[in-house]
Amino acid sequence: MSDDAAVMVPAGVPSTSLQRSPFERRALRNLLLTIGAWVAAIIAGIPLVSVLYMLIVRGGSRLSWEIFVELPPAGFEMGGGFGNALVGTVVVVGIAALISIPIGVLAAVFLAELGPDGRLAQAARFATKTLTGMPSILAGVFAYAVVVLLTGTYSAPAGGIALAVLMLPTVVLTAEEAIKAVPKITRDAAYGMGCTRSQVVWKVLLPTGMPGILTGVMLAVARAAGETAPLLFTALFSGYWLFEGGQPRLMQPTATLAVLIYNFSGMPFENQIELAWAASLVLVVMVLVINVVSRLVGQRRA
Amino acid sequence: MTPTATKVGTQGVTATGESRSNGVVIDCKLDQIYYGSFLAVRDSHVQIEKGKITGFIGPSGCGKSTVLRSLNRMNDLIRGFRLEGRVHFQGQDVYGRSVDPVAVRRYIGMVFQQPNPFSMSIFDNVAFGLRLNRFKGAVAERVEQALRKAALWDEVKDKLKNSGLSLSGGQQQRLCIARAVATEPSVLLMDEPCSALDPIATRRIEELMIQLKQNYTIAIVTHNMQQAQRVADVTAFFSVDISKGNRTGYLVESGPTKQVFESPREQLTKEYVTGQFS
Repeated sequence: MSDDAAVMVPAGVPSTSLQRSPFERRALRNLLLTIGAWVAAIIAGIPLVSVLYMLIVRGGSRLSWEIFVELPPAGFEMGGGFGNALVGTVVVVGIAALISIPIGVLAAVFLAELGPDGRLAQAARFATKTLTGMPSILAGVFAYAVVVLLTGTYSAPAGGIALAVLMLPTVVLTAEEAIKAVPKITRDAAYGMGCTRSQVVWKVLLPTGMPGILTGVMLAVARAAGETAPLLFTALFSGYWLFEGGQPRLMQPTATLAVLIYNFSGMPFENQIELAWAASLVLVVMVLVINVVSRLVGQRRA
Repeated sequence: MTPTATKVGTQGVTATGESRSNGVVIDCKLDQIYYGSFLAVRDSHVQIEKGKITGFIGPSGCGKSTVLRSLNRMNDLIRGFRLEGRVHFQGQDVYGRSVDPVAVRRYIGMVFQQPNPFSMSIFDNVAFGLRLNRFKGAVAERVEQALRKAALWDEVKDKLKNSGLSLSGGQQQRLCIARAVATEPSVLLMDEPCSALDPIATRRIEELMIQLKQNYTIAIVTHNMQQAQRVADVTAFFSVDISKGNRTGYLVESGPTKQVFESPREQLTKEYVTGQFS
């Protein structure tokens, strides 16, 4: 083996040199694609950044303590806030979460573990996937027909049910994936220890899949918090507090941030328009915080 | 559990007097094991004696894991599994009509090929079975005992709250052994417990098995003949029958390890243990 021996050139390789040749065709193509990917990544970030920028500029000036604790102003009134809408959003989304999380997670348990190939599971999975693409206003129509007409009033529960319908598919599908992602050897371990099937679900699958399930739940909550259309004719709007004298009065029209933004942004009054901007900022920050928390939860894997 | 059509043995269901007297804990007579229409194992009669290590050896695909997993009904989880024959555990047919497979698994514990601790703390992993059985007593004490038995206590005693998955592969496997022995099952089934481990970790697990046999009956599947010679008191050799276009495993012979390796009764065994095929 002398040093002079000719280097074996692999089939199809044009030169024997191992040096970079930056103007070779494939090097140029590589560069072009890299730049393209960078630009696309930047463009993808532009909407969020510019929306945030605009909201901070236009809504930030109006931020103050009073907008969080005062009621919305009427007509030519100055000042005011959207305290009741903030509370309303939390209550309506809370009701939606209370309905959709237990149903969604249990349905996911069925789809992933109990009867993954049965007719019922296939039908449920198909329905859920279809529901994912359903226009959100239809959830509102559904809740209007089922709850508002039945109870005779616009209310927070009606809004909650509309949002729950929207949240359900996200919760079911992400929870199903999270449960399926638990390795088979972990299931074997659980069955090998003498777990019944429900014990496998409660003690092993759900705890192990919890980060993934929570991520899905948080994303669904974040999406629901920003929905306007399904609330327009279910929760409607209100200029008053949801709680009066410490007593919740759920069965009445309820203000939410999303609907407040919708209503106020179309008004001819400067004060209301400013409030709509501020409310938008608050809502986006809420959604952002939920998203960040869900990412943190998702990372906290053992 | 997927529904399984289990045919109870035709050979009489009652315990035989002989199997108790010579300390046989599990006496299984597997006539046929199917996965769907595939005949995986036939004609295998294995006895597992109390306080001994029984090694299952044989070429890959010979059904040794299938036989092992049939002993505590782990195969029930596999779709299409069907067993003809019987598995007597302390005189009761494990596949009896009224037998709860979950209860069987609490008496016959299992350690798997891949270390599979739960994604929870080391302590909770070991306490898992105790809590499952609603053990009333000093859980922490039992956990310590189990970890000591698994020769893991000294390495983890200061970090019991850490995740079981933070341990090395060999430590994880010892954690799984601790988890299995914490509830004091009568029999421990080990399905190639060292095949994912390095030689040093393997040696530790082997030493551990020899210690554990004072208290437990162990059945181990291994593809490693040296390992069988090092740890097993009794060896069962399985092979594959490809004569009918199927790959069906069956028991060739079993006996004391020394005899199986040094003076096997069957020509096939001799060829296998001398390394003429694998």
